[in-house]
Amino acid sequence: MNRRMVFYMLSHMLEATAVMLILPLIVSVIYNERCFWAFLITIGIALLVGIPMSVMSRTENHVIYAKEGFVTVALAWIALSAVGAFPFVISGEIPSYVDAFFETVSGFTTTGASILTDIESMSRGILFWRSFTHWIGGMGVLVFIMAIVPSVTDRSIHILRAEMPGPIIGKLVPKARDTAKILYLIYIVMTAAEIIMLLIGGMPLFDSIVHTFGTAGTGGFGIKSDSIAGYSPHLQWIITIFMFLFGVNFNLYYLLLIRKFKTVYKSEELWCYICLALISVIAVTINIYPMYRSFSESVRAAAFQVSSIITTTGYATADFNLWPELSKAILLLLMFTGACAGSTAGGFKLSRVVLLLKMIRREVKHMLHPRSVAAVRFEGKKVDETVLNSVRTYLGIYAVSFCAVFLILSFEPFDIETNLSAAAACFNNVGPGFGVVGPTGSYADYSAVSKIVLSVAMLFGRLEIYPMIFVLSKSAWSKK
Amino acid sequence: MRIIIAGCGKIGSNVLNSLTSEGHDVIALDADSSVIEEITNIYDVMAICGNCADCETLEEAGVDKAELFLAVTGSDELNMLSCFIAKKMGAGHTIARIRNPEYNDRSLGFMRQQLDLSMSINPELLAARELFNVLKLPSAVKIESFSRRNLEMIEMRLKEGSALDGVKLSELKSKYNTKVLICVVQRGENVYIPDGNFVLQSGDKIGMTAGHTEIQKLMKSLGILRKQSKNVMILGGSKTSYYLSKMLISSGASVKIIERDLERCNALCENLPQAMIIHGDGAQQELLLEEGLRSLDAFVALTGMDEENILISIYAAANSVPKVISKVNRDELALMAERLRLDSIVSPKNITSDIIVSYARALENSMGSNVETLYKIMDGRAEALEFNVHQGSKITDIPLKDLQLKSNILIAGIIRGRKTIIPGGDDVIMHGDKVIVIARDQRLQDLSDIIK
Repeated sequence: MNRRMVFYMLSHMLEATAVMLILPLIVSVIYNERCFWAFLITIGIALLVGIPMSVMSRTENHVIYAKEGFVTVALAWIALSAVGAFPFVISGEIPSYVDAFFETVSGFTTTGASILTDIESMSRGILFWRSFTHWIGGMGVLVFIMAIVPSVTDRSIHILRAEMPGPIIGKLVPKARDTAKILYLIYIVMTAAEIIMLLIGGMPLFDSIVHTFGTAGTGGFGIKSDSIAGYSPHLQWIITIFMFLFGVNFNLYYLLLIRKFKTVYKSEELWCYICLALISVIAVTINIYPMYRSFSESVRAAAFQVSSIITTTGYATADFNLWPELSKAILLLLMFTGACAGSTAGGFKLSRVVLLLKMIRREVKHMLHPRSVAAVRFEGKKVDETVLNSVRTYLGIYAVSFCAVFLILSFEPFDIETNLSAAAACFNNVGPGFGVVGPTGSYADYSAVSKIVLSVAMLFGRLEIYPMIFVLSKSAWSKK
Repeated sequence: MRIIIAGCGKIGSNVLNSLTSEGHDVIALDADSSVIEEITNIYDVMAICGNCADCETLEEAGVDKAELFLAVTGSDELNMLSCFIAKKMGAGHTIARIRNPEYNDRSLGFMRQQLDLSMSINPELLAARELFNVLKLPSAVKIESFSRRNLEMIEMRLKEGSALDGVKLSELKSKYNTKVLICVVQRGENVYIPDGNFVLQSGDKIGMTAGHTEIQKLMKSLGILRKQSKNVMILGGSKTSYYLSKMLISSGASVKIIERDLERCNALCENLPQAMIIHGDGAQQELLLEEGLRSLDAFVALTGMDEENILISIYAAANSVPKVISKVNRDELALMAERLRLDSIVSPKNITSDIIVSYARALENSMGSNVETLYKIMDGRAEALEFNVHQGSKITDIPLKDLQLKSNILIAGIIRGRKTIIPGGDDVIMHGDKVIVIARDQRLQDLSDIIK
């Protein structure tokens, strides 16, 4: 394994973190808050480690393989969260490092699960940083570095593949670096659009920026204890729509840009996503109608919540803990499906769900006609058997990891609904679950061990398990 | 520049490698999904699996926005068809690999015109030409010619005890009264662009430019001149052997081809009546000796297997055949073969990719002076380029000694009309000249890139 190259890219990542920390630093200076020291010190630490590391790990051999890609991504995310937690601890706003680490992992993995009980007393700088982690984590840190640093290696596709979620990662344009640039450009433009829409709708500037970060990364950190509920219906609808848009595969936006409307129109995953969301909204609306006074209010609540959960964002306008069981069941299941591959959303990804259903159909057909030969087609193309196999394997490893997390959480003195939904919400990067960890509650009451387990679960979910497993396995590190 | 490469076999992937390292946006097409998988893992390109003559695949690859379309699949017909379709769909320039001898005779011009091809490439013919050049001057390892043979660059290895051992380059001229310019030296792993103080050693591989007669004069005074090989044995009856035999025969040499496949032998017999065709396994040493290996002037190994070529060449060299050339396509094996003291190695895929890269560079820069020919020399570590000098170039009419050249750049020759000038400090470059430049560690696109 080319360890030098791994550390070289890690050092770049640390330097990039230092640059990113400048934004919250500026915010805290603007609001004249004392927490700017915390950011300054963290920038110092990141540079102090990053620069010597990049000098020491400089190497002629720039060749990396899939192995290095996975290990780099996993290590980068762990290191990023470890460093990103410093401002919370140093500023004293989250005194315990484990809590701060949980909060940062939750931020970068765009989960939005919080251990904070009194959000409104936090300083602006810290709140900004907390939400900014969503924005960075949504599209991926290493993809960001790829876009700005002139080509570190020819084989950056391995990093793109390891960091971007979804079963099939295709490039938009021939060069990996240009692909990363286009993705970030689309991301930035959409972010800017949402900020402007929210501003026009009457939301204060700070609130609109922070909430946009939460929507864009499909994270879900708010700055109010009642999340989005306090804002006007108009603003809630804007956020609903943008949450939905950030759950669409970004490749489709690029296809729109180059005017290939037909391909977009024919995207199976997109139609699946739209239909699933619509059906869920209708079912939940009917189900919760008796609780609300008006039809428009129940549609708004249902649409917001479905959009928030299917994209694994985790904002809330209502305490869905109090909703009828059917609505809760629908939301719980939507946590698992997630939105489209290639978006900023978490979960199992709809394209995998579609592929699995098609495989089941093929298998059933094969049982009835044992000699039949059938290919699975997706997005108008035959899907390679190796891809199908990886989807099946992913389902297995996904189920096993989820069960393990759930089992460990069950040591806690909470009911099964809380533990199950906590595991699901963290593993799928949603954020709030049901029961104690519902939209009005928090993860504060979990023990330190469980918080670490949940942090790992969030990283598992964001990086789609494999990178984390490789970094823990011995063979990735042996010199052979 | 957006370039589409159809077919990612030996030649395709080599071209792919050169073009991506030149910084182009490359899209690769191949029908085999496992090849596509492999390509995307190694190169920073977009790879699409599909038939390269299929409109849908070409559309997906964005052929209408491609400046250059290369078809280098194994099939001539597929290459021609896909180039034709690509051109009709809006590709800027098209290049097809066409290697069947039947298409490469008089019909080629007609076909190229009808299919609107910008260029056709025949790697086998190119390789044969290079082989033929070396066989004409067996003392050289490799010969690259510029501007229709007006100027040649000759690569030569200084053998143990060579008269040039320990000679300072500035003394060369006075000692041998020659106008030869030694412009690049490979010593071990390093490549140097030498100045006057450079001292040659035996074991160096040198590249020198001169007019044809000058080189012969120098070689004569060094006592290493050998006449053109007249008695040549070729192992393997491939297309390259066919082209090479044809050239050799028309220059008056006698050719013996050893081929394993009887049908191939019969076909060769029909097309090459003057050559002697032997049906047998060239790996059998007995057969080689029986056919007079020891009395040969030159032995050329051209089978499809690199390893076989290397091993049999070693055997031939051990039997004191004065000139042994082997075809080795894989770069890593070529390096190994060189370490085994096989000097002359020809790689058809590298010749092809040199031509395509120079074509792409010339395309990229259609203004001012541009690249006419490009050769990668010294195992690809340096480049020899030929530029046209157009009106208004910044470097014309200035004595060379006053030009502020970048480091690792050397002007190795100027061709003015039919005159070849091996330049000294007082020579000037004039509008209308062709200039040969040797460069290491840089990617020249324009003649003005050579000055600071």
